[in-house]
Amino acid sequence: MHHKTLAELSQALKNKEYSSRELTQYFLDRIKQHDTQLNSFITVTEELALKQADLADQRLAKGDAEALTGIPLAQKDIFCTQGVKTSCGSKMLDNFIAPYDATLIRRCNEAGMVMLGKTNMDELAMGSSNETSFYGPVANPWDLERTPGGSSGGSAAAVAAYLTPAATGTDTGGSIRQPAALCGITGLKPTYGRISRYGMTAFASSLDQAGPMARSAEDVALLMNVFAGHDPLDSTSVQKEVPDYTADLKSPLKDLKIGLPKEYFGEGLNPAIAEALEKAKAVFAQQGVQFVDLSLPHTDLALSVYYILAPAECSSNLSRFDGVRYGYRCKDPKDLEDMYCRSRSEAFGEEVKRRILIGTYVLSQGFYDAYYLKAQQVRRLIRDDFTKAFQSVDLILAPTTPTTAFKLKEITDPVSMYLSDIYTLALNLAGLPGLSLPVGFSEGLPIGMQLIGNYFSEATLLKTAHQYQCASDWHLQFPKNF
Amino acid sequence: MSLDPAKLQAVANLARLSVSEDELNQFAAKLNSILALNERLSLVDTTGVEPLSHPLELNQPLRHDLITEHNQRELFQKIAPLTKAGLYLVPQVMDNE
Repeated sequence: MHHKTLAELSQALKNKEYSSRELTQYFLDRIKQHDTQLNSFITVTEELALKQADLADQRLAKGDAEALTGIPLAQKDIFCTQGVKTSCGSKMLDNFIAPYDATLIRRCNEAGMVMLGKTNMDELAMGSSNETSFYGPVANPWDLERTPGGSSGGSAAAVAAYLTPAATGTDTGGSIRQPAALCGITGLKPTYGRISRYGMTAFASSLDQAGPMARSAEDVALLMNVFAGHDPLDSTSVQKEVPDYTADLKSPLKDLKIGLPKEYFGEGLNPAIAEALEKAKAVFAQQGVQFVDLSLPHTDLALSVYYILAPAECSSNLSRFDGVRYGYRCKDPKDLEDMYCRSRSEAFGEEVKRRILIGTYVLSQGFYDAYYLKAQQVRRLIRDDFTKAFQSVDLILAPTTPTTAFKLKEITDPVSMYLSDIYTLALNLAGLPGLSLPVGFSEGLPIGMQLIGNYFSEATLLKTAHQYQCASDWHLQFPKNF
Repeated sequence: MSLDPAKLQAVANLARLSVSEDELNQFAAKLNSILALNERLSLVDTTGVEPLSHPLELNQPLRHDLITEHNQRELFQKIAPLTKAGLYLVPQVMDNE
């Protein structure tokens, strides 16, 4: 049952082969059986899940079910879920029972989907290995000594190990695509503003975007139909019609033009990944895709720009955590200042503190122009590179990560850790959509390929990934102990 | 530009983080390696380039000034560390005199 796609599960529910309650119980049992090895869930919401499953079964019986009614999924613990702990992987929010639902959660509920639980993540979405979580690291199901990536590491590991048919993630610099690549699943970061950020704990507001993580492009398309849409509660949510993302999946790729940016294939890329991408290109070529060499000349500046802008926005966003209205408060504060300082210092982990300090520094008096303003100017140059490229190509193909999954505790230096997002960050700066899908293995570890699209071209990305997956079976491989 | 422990202490105060002496030195070294990433930005000519703060450059949408939310004070205060009579309590700020 757990190897089935969302479309197959949905059909089986409609054919009454099993009920949503049975399906939900099946995945809850798998979580109980296997998650002690992975630590991919922070909270399992068994009671709520079964209640939602019963409601879904009523809808299915009445014939008013939608495409994903009764389908279980896991939610990244960054989304507020009413009455359920929403920790964001932080000690700061360990006691936080969200008083309302994020818009994404509301949309899933209205579609009749069943929440299995909340997945583990790097603290406040800051990390690339899931090691900064207050709840401990997550293991990669392909090799338990390795990282699943981050920050949506719990979601990626849970999907890869078939503990859930699908999950949500969020992506500020690669946090959907990088773990999707390291765990061998399909993940989409949509265009900035396509999915509401309301109720999603803010890290860097001009970069954050939620998206689906599943085992195939078709499943991701089905999820996008539920997640995407304008939300008046998020002022950056885009007022643009949402297409049916499954409508175009079967169209042929003939005459599609894919760009190959030379900056993404240079030094630092693992040769096994380069080789897997060559093979993937051959699959596309057989389908009539044309390749165009191009350059995105400001690519090597993306990391520098990102590590000014993201910490700057984070330092501002995280000032809300002050121990006054919700979250952690230190014991016996001697005065207000002491309460702020100790609550924050005792509850935030090292990586979060580091980013707050960097952000506060670059925004402080006398440094603003040299850092923040300069970074915003270069951000435009990076965006303009993509705009120019998309005048001559439909999509861009690149690696998702420079290496396959590294070992837990292997990387201790922050800058080396940041380099694992080197191919994903630029899209967030430009606000463009990007999808990672599995295209091979190296020494038993999955390799991801990234497809980058123009603004609101998610349907083209999904179609291209789907056509690749029709001609390959990398997305059907599964880790043998699960 | 680099951060020495004294400068870092000042930044930590601004961010309302308390950092011990030991931590200051550790943090300073790691933060400087991150700040070093940014040196190459200063080599880029950005004369006349407008800063980009939002990828889609959209205007903020306007809405009618209508009441759309109702008061949920009790619900929101249920998760507060300390409240009294509908107010959030923090350590006393002003002297009694």
